[in-house]
Order: sequence, then C-alpha cells, then structure tokens
Amino acid sequence: MFASIRAAAVAVAIAASVFASHPAHAFCGFYVGRADASLFNEASQVIMVRDGTHTVISMQNDYKGDAKEFALVVPVPQVLQRGQINVGERKLFEHIDAYSGPRLVEYFDPDPCARAERDRMLESAPRPATAGAAPAPRREKALGVTVEAQYTVGEYDIAILSARESDGLETWLTQNGYRIPSGAAKALAPYIRQNMKFFVAKVNLVERAKTGLTWLRPLQFAFDSEKFMLPIRLGMVNAQGPQDLVIYLMTRNGRVETTNYRTVKLPANMDVPVYLKDEFPAFYKSLFDTQAKRENLRAVFTEYVWNMSWCDPCAADPLSPEELRQAGVFWLDGDAGATPSSPPIAPLPTSVMPRRMPTPGGAQPVILTRLHVRYAPDTFPEDLMFQQTKDRENFQARYVLRHAWKGNPDACPQARGYFESVARRQEKEAQTLASLTNWRIEDIRGKMSLKAPAKREWWDGLWKQGLAW
Amino acid sequence: MVSAARAVGWAARLRGLDARLYQIAFQATLLGIGVVARDFTLRWEQMALAFAAGLATQVLWTRGLGLRRVGVLSALITCFGLSLLLRADSLWVHPLAAALALSAKFIVRVDGKHLFNPANLGVIIGIGLLPGAWVSPGQWGNDLAYAVWLVALGGIVTQRARRWDISWIFLAFWLGLVALRVACLGQPWAIWWHQLGSGALLLFAFFMISDPMTIPNRPSARALYALLVASIAFWWQFVLFQPNALMWALFLATPLVPLLDYWLPGQRFAWQQPASSPLPDKRLGDPAVG
Repeated sequence: MFASIRAAAVAVAIAASVFASHPAHAFCGFYVGRADASLFNEASQVIMVRDGTHTVISMQNDYKGDAKEFALVVPVPQVLQRGQINVGERKLFEHIDAYSGPRLVEYFDPDPCARAERDRMLESAPRPATAGAAPAPRREKALGVTVEAQYTVGEYDIAILSARESDGLETWLTQNGYRIPSGAAKALAPYIRQNMKFFVAKVNLVERAKTGLTWLRPLQFAFDSEKFMLPIRLGMVNAQGPQDLVIYLMTRNGRVETTNYRTVKLPANMDVPVYLKDEFPAFYKSLFDTQAKRENLRAVFTEYVWNMSWCDPCAADPLSPEELRQAGVFWLDGDAGATPSSPPIAPLPTSVMPRRMPTPGGAQPVILTRLHVRYAPDTFPEDLMFQQTKDRENFQARYVLRHAWKGNPDACPQARGYFESVARRQEKEAQTLASLTNWRIEDIRGKMSLKAPAKREWWDGLWKQGLAW
Repeated sequence: MVSAARAVGWAARLRGLDARLYQIAFQATLLGIGVVARDFTLRWEQMALAFAAGLATQVLWTRGLGLRRVGVLSALITCFGLSLLLRADSLWVHPLAAALALSAKFIVRVDGKHLFNPANLGVIIGIGLLPGAWVSPGQWGNDLAYAVWLVALGGIVTQRARRWDISWIFLAFWLGLVALRVACLGQPWAIWWHQLGSGALLLFAFFMISDPMTIPNRPSARALYALLVASIAFWWQFVLFQPNALMWALFLATPLVPLLDYWLPGQRFAWQQPASSPLPDKRLGDPAVG
C-alpha cells in the first residue's frame, strides 16, 4: 500500500476541449444555413430530466457560425405552449459538465522508511476548465404544413409546426430560409407519421442584441411523453462522419441506460503514468476514441452515475436546488436542497479536490447519469430509447496518478524493495495506458523515462554460467 | 440380451436429456461471454446464490411432494435464465426470484401442467415486485455474427426439444409486425435489421417462449399463442412505449395456455419421452420433469 490515505485530487474537466476536435454536425436536430458556408456545431450536449411521463430537455451547442443562419429542428410529441419553452443559461451546462466530467486523482506514496504513515503535502492542482421570417399562411396550407404556435423566447423565434407529409415540410423549411440538406424529407417522414410536431427555432437578431451575449443560450422545453427517447436520426442527415453527443440524464430512482443499444461503462479507476497530469485531455480523447472504435461505434458509454447530493472527489459542486430547478428537476420540494447547508466548494486551483459527503437524512432523489455516444448513421439506425433502471451504484470515469516517494534508495533496507516495486508498477501503468489509448508503448516508456523490461530468452538460466566441468 | 436392452434404455434416456443439456451448455457459454466480454453488471455472488436457492427449492419441493425425480436440469435452466436476464443492486433478489419462480412450478398448476415459464416468472417478479431489480435488454448488443450464433445454436436446441415451431412462428410474427411498422412510418430498413440482430429477441425466441412445458400442446394452438405474444409485445413496445415488452407479453399471455389446451387439445410434451414410445400419462404430470 503505497498511497497516502489522504489523496490529492486533480480534476480536469475536458469535455469541451476533447470534443472540439470532433466536429459534430447536429444533435437532435440539424443546423442548417442559408449560405453555402459550412455549418457545424461541436460538442452537442443535452440535459434530459424525466420522471413518469414528464420530460424536460435542454439543448446546448457550440454553434460558432453566423447567428442569423442558425436553425434548429427537433421533433416533439405535442404542440408546446409558451410556458413549456424556456431559454436557459449556458453556465448550467458548464457546471453539470464540470461536476460529472472524467477526472484524474493523484496519490503520493509515503516514505517507505517511516514507520508511521504521514500525510504528505498535497500538490496544487490546476483548476478544472469547467468546463426568421414569418411563414406565409397560404403557402403553408398548400404544403400541408400548419404553424401551430409561434413564440419569441429570449433570442429565439420559435415555431411549432405540424405537417402532413415530409416533402411539404421540407419545402416549407426551404422556403422559409432553412437550407435543408438533401435527404431531410426522408428523415422527417417517420416523425410526421407518428404524428409528432416540429419545434423549429431561429435567432431573432433584435432580441439577441438586447441580451448582449456573444453566444447562443440553451433552449429548453418541457412536455409529456410516454416515450423515453432522444431523436438523434435527424441530426445525421448532414453528417459527414461520426458525431459526439453527451447526455446528462436526471432521474429520481436510478441509473439510465439505452434499451436498444448496449450501454457500457468506460474503463476507469486505473493507475496511469503521472505525466498524464499535463496531458489529461489528450489522454481522455484517445481513450474514448479507442474504446468507441473497439465497440465499432455501436455502444453508448456511461461516464458518470452519481446521486446529485454528493461527490467524491468533487470536480465541482453538485448542482444547487435552484440550478436543478432551472435544469427542469420538478420534483424537489422547496426545502429539499440537493446540497447540504455547508458552504459552497471553493473554486479549485488551490489544492485538494474536496469531497462532498451525502446529505444527512438520506440521499436526494436526483441521480445523474452521464452518457457519451459517438454515432454514425449506419451504427445507430434508431433513435436512442432509454429506461431508468433501479441501479443506484455510483460510477465515475476516474483515473489515478501515483507519485513515487522521492527518497534515497539507500536510505534504509526497505527503500530498495520499494523502488523495485515502483519500477514494476510504472511498467504496468505504461501497459495500461497503451491498452487504453492505443498509444505506442515505446513512446509512453520514453515519456516516463522507463527502460523496456529486458527481454528474457527461453534459455536464460537454463545452465548456470561459469561452472567448470 | 439384458445388457443390450439396458444400453438401448440408456441411449433413449440420453436422447431425452439432450435438449436440456444442450440448452444448459449454451446458456453457460452465453453467461461466460456476457460476464467476461459483455460487461454484464452481474456479480458472481448473485449467480451463486441464485443457483443455490433455485436448486434447494427444487429439491425441497420434490422431496416434500414425494416425487421420484428431482428435476435438476430444469432448475438449472431457470437459474441460468435468471442470471442471464435479471440485474439487481443487492444479493437477495436473485435467490428470492429463483425460489419463488421454482416454487410456482409446483404450486401454480393447471391440469397437471405448471403454468408459468419459471425464468419468465422470476424476471417479472424481480422487475415488478422486488426493489432494486431490472432487466437490461440492450446488454447483448447487435453484432450480427453474435446473433447468427444465437440463431444457429438456438435452432439446434429447440429442434431437439421438438417444439421448435413456436420460436420460428413467433419470430416471423414479431419481425413481420416490426416490418409493417417500418414500412408504414417510412423508417429506414436498417431499423428492421437492427431488431433482427437483437440478442434479447433471439434469446427470448429460442430459450424462453420455446419451453415446451409452458406452451400449448397442439401446433395450431402454439401458432396462435405465438401470434398473441408477438401482438402483446408489439403493443407494449410500440404503443405503450414501455421496456421489456417480450417478458411482459409472455407473462400476460400465459394464463391463456390452459384455455388453448382446452379448446385445441394436443399431445402433452415430456422431456424424457422417446420419440417412438410416449410415456404413461402419470409421468407426464410429474412437475419435477418440466
């Protein structure tokens, strides 16, 4: 047991930086532009809150194109009233991402010469990067499209459409300035035939100017649906490659998993080389790449499952009751705070990552499941269907750094044995890392200043050398 | 002469046991693959307790009722089925479900035939009544090769059990209904292929609904029963949008089996019945054999 009991922990929330290198073209809807400028959104993120049939969805994207060319099309089960639509805050996503993101923790080996284990000074850690035009009625009728409702909410102009057939809807969208990728009608048709409506949003430039913001805030909507599902197929219409989607699901009773695809926990809680402290985003990106490829892009990965009332270690505070309410958690009573009354966790760079223990008197009824899916049209032919299990076991994508004791090998008889065990441990860490990321083991050993273990021939030790006959 | 007759008897007995032995071997392989390569959230203690409780229940009931045969193979199949399907966050769910499901085999009987498929009942008790239990229908994944293996091996098992017809008829009805839905909604056919490659579906078709002891005796009644189960499952999954449709559909349709047997009577099945010489009726009613 080389690790000190108290652990210094470093959290690096990386979602944004990792996924930025995987341009995703849409999440639940598709983003379309009027001009030929290439449009894309990166790091699609969705918060989905569900209890019974009540569902609240929040959608965030890193759309960086011209705001007036932004558009979003999402199938919804019913015509939404104004009160069912809201514009949320981006910092909510930043917070939930930071709270649930993959994390590094570090431990320091104690002095093997000391009899009693003494707590070591804890290293400082970097702070986590917490991470239209009005439609014309006559044309609509001819196209079989009905504008069921129209609202301006925050910086968005929103229309709820119903349609009789997909070609008409495609034409309507095109005529109203949404440049629909070819194949859109085909993708829209199944939703029309299931009698679904379409939530269509564009940016209202005047309203947007009033907000003074340089980014687009997340759109939220609340509705009732028997289906616990997320439509991802529309987003594949203009996909040019695999897309990434992070889904934060908040439920009352247990972990959420997909019923029509495999849900796999990422390999986690492994010892990895300490040099990854400075390369954690690259490490996690490679790890996810490798695991997704191993599953042939056919699995949904669980990155985090935790009761929202606590965390250990905490990459960020759990969401406050107010934040949970903003995210759509409607079942908390006024006094049922998700966090205990202790003061909020200080922003890190400082030092030890804190832990937040469960609230006395029972855990809060909000379980957060963070799922990460990389999907392609051929590997995910169906929309994601979910179920809430009764599984309440916590899980986090956590990777461990163990710092060796920096003493003299000759300090005491135990020290030599200790350093030999460190060498074995580091070799194992190198191999773990190579397996997780598909990085070359030689490169890893080079960065760790490790020598490759001497190759042992089969005949080594067969005869003792130097014996005279 | 005596030894030759004995040898023939043993051969007949082995032939009779083959179906369940094949099924057990296949379930064990599947469980091994699941635990090692498929990230099943199943703990070995849960499995061990399920088997211990299931076998103990079977022995207690057979001894208590003074039956000649303990029926270990059937109990093993039920325990394997529960280990493959049921997931729980505690250690007591699996043994309790196994004990209740196997007890029902001796208690809930109609006309000398046990009513519920034990593994199906155990799963329904777990997800319907017990806290902290669930089924992960997506756990198998959709690898086509995997599915083909399931079909091939499942085919062998059900063929040896000689009531293989219900598996294929059920699959035909179910996949037909899914195809109809895909066509009506204008969905891509990849969805149909996705369903076809569902490990949970094939496992259900070949190892659950095919249990010859809990389905109608007559082929035409079995076909009707397969259609019924497929229809209920379709309604459950695509109208109610609830998970675990196949499990619930079989459970809900089960009470109709005695009615179908009454209206459309047929020859009762027995595991150890040699093809040429049906066993006496008394043996057929032995619950330990089912």
